[in-house]
Amino acid sequence: MLTQPDPAGFLPHARLRSLIAALRDRGYRCLGPAAENGAIVMRELDAEEDLPRGLQAEQGPGHYRLTQDPYHRYFAWANGPQAIKPLAFAPQESVWQVRRDAAGALQFEATPPAVQALAIIGVRACDLAALALQDAHFLRAGRVDAHYAARRERLFLVAVQCAEPAATCFCASTGDGPTPAAGYDLALAELSDGFVAAAGSDAGRAVLAALDLAPATTQQIEAVRQQGVAAAAAQTRRLPGRNLRDALMGRLEHPRWDAVAARCLACGNCTAVCPTCFCHAEMDVPALDGESSRHQRMWDSCFGESHGHLHGFNVRPDIRSRYRQWLTHKLATWHDQFGRSGCTGCGRCIAWCPVGIDLTEEAAAITEGAQP
Amino acid sequence: MNGRAHLDAGAPHAATVTARTQESPGIFTLQLRLDDATAQAAYRFAPGQFNMLYLYGVGEVPISIMSDPEERDLIGHTIRAQGRVTQGLAKLQPGDKVGLRGPFGRGWPLQEVSGCDVVLVTGGLGCAPVVSVIHYVLRRRERFGKLVIVQGVKHAEDLIWREQYDRWAKLPDTQVLVAASEGAAFWPWHVGRVTELFGLARFNPECAVAMMCGPEGMMRAAADSLLGRGLPESRLYLSMERNMQCAVGRCGHCQLGGAFVCRDGPVFNWGEVKALLAHKGF
Repeated sequence: MLTQPDPAGFLPHARLRSLIAALRDRGYRCLGPAAENGAIVMRELDAEEDLPRGLQAEQGPGHYRLTQDPYHRYFAWANGPQAIKPLAFAPQESVWQVRRDAAGALQFEATPPAVQALAIIGVRACDLAALALQDAHFLRAGRVDAHYAARRERLFLVAVQCAEPAATCFCASTGDGPTPAAGYDLALAELSDGFVAAAGSDAGRAVLAALDLAPATTQQIEAVRQQGVAAAAAQTRRLPGRNLRDALMGRLEHPRWDAVAARCLACGNCTAVCPTCFCHAEMDVPALDGESSRHQRMWDSCFGESHGHLHGFNVRPDIRSRYRQWLTHKLATWHDQFGRSGCTGCGRCIAWCPVGIDLTEEAAAITEGAQP
Repeated sequence: MNGRAHLDAGAPHAATVTARTQESPGIFTLQLRLDDATAQAAYRFAPGQFNMLYLYGVGEVPISIMSDPEERDLIGHTIRAQGRVTQGLAKLQPGDKVGLRGPFGRGWPLQEVSGCDVVLVTGGLGCAPVVSVIHYVLRRRERFGKLVIVQGVKHAEDLIWREQYDRWAKLPDTQVLVAASEGAAFWPWHVGRVTELFGLARFNPECAVAMMCGPEGMMRAAADSLLGRGLPESRLYLSMERNMQCAVGRCGHCQLGGAFVCRDGPVFNWGEVKALLAHKGF
């Protein structure tokens, strides 16, 4: 956010509510962080509501606990189980429907989603990078996905620099964080008394202009830069390289696949929390009166038995082949599809794995000895 | 392709079953016609491509197109009754309605093979995606060299279109080699593995193209044999099958390494997929 040509302003903590008000004035529903069921989630904000302060999330393999931030900041938490993905790529939706009349004739029609302008406050750099990958898949790899496009176009993204990464974070090693670089409408970096704010789009510039902020001082901008450097340095996990394609595809029979398969429950949590996973299943939901049927799609996981199902046999009948499919897709064949790895270092698959399998540890063990 | 833009994206289009043929106890053929006459007139496909067929209230399945691309008033699909959708499709009769999206994917490289011998290797119902190639070659016989049709089945009674194989075998410059692992009374062809027949195939490896479709084990064995006889890898093609739900490279189920089989295939050059075919689970 410091490389943007736009001059940065300073939004004091006391005026954070005015940002939310400015967004609501422009017709946006506003989502912001809230603690629910022991985790940070994105929840709709009321007009008079302040964002929670002092929330932090301690994360480790198979571990996520809300804690208190000693500095009482708004954005001291690293991330929650979900952020933007469900708001652009709906977990479940109808894609078309069909009516059948008494004579048996079929009438098909598209079911475009009803969408409303939506601002998300507190988007992390890893999730912006992940959204760019979802955009590449749903909008630019062939046909435009009309449902994704409709949900995506209405988003206004307020990114916030991560100052206190969790132990599971490794966005510095994937090159995607901790400071947002692109893809936002507004970017904030939180200091002890307020936010350095910069716009990244025309919509963001308009909101910033309406707030009429004082310019950020050189010292404040330098503090933000140093904060980003410190947050990157604080990350303890890393991937062994940005392109592990050849290293992984050259080790498809490595014994480590058996070892990780013995631990993996094939529950699919990693794919559910991953901000770049795009697999979805399609299914028909016929109406009870028999006169119509909705064709739906729903997030799917390569860990499920049905993912590799083919008439009469399963391409991936065992957990070893499913874990290998997930890891080689995410870190290897994603390069063939989208020109980069499918991992943005958010670390959710580590925290939300019930047995604490660590993607960075598995990738390192399998590619050990390879030149990155 | 005029019909393509609105046929393959979004919701299916209504089509009517115009004819149904029982090919064998578990295999049937549906001839379909799009209800929108303009869409039917504009519909074009290349041999090797597939459609998504929708059974009302049940769901969609990818089925390769077996009809002749020159026949403009119907779209043919030969289907094995295997899962929920195909068992339901098996019960349809002329006049019944289905949904259709397509055609999808990359078909056989028929433009590249002009002037050369064509070797077709199929196993089981793998013959369906290749029958349209046979029609294509026979209609333009002067453009191609020898036509070699190698078909393997498990049981003699699994062989569908038996009369057609008899007819093709009598054509000039056409060789038909059929094998059944288990024969039956009056079975005129080979009893044993289809791979045992490759030595009998007469083609010029320096000017031939081979196209394979069927079980992956059979295709691997066929590839070894054909490459061993001097066929260059660049002239060996195969059609892959994977779980397909969206047919436009989006739902993720059909991924084979970095390829989406529905969009980048189903026809691949051997070199594109041989590394992954050596490993189970991709």
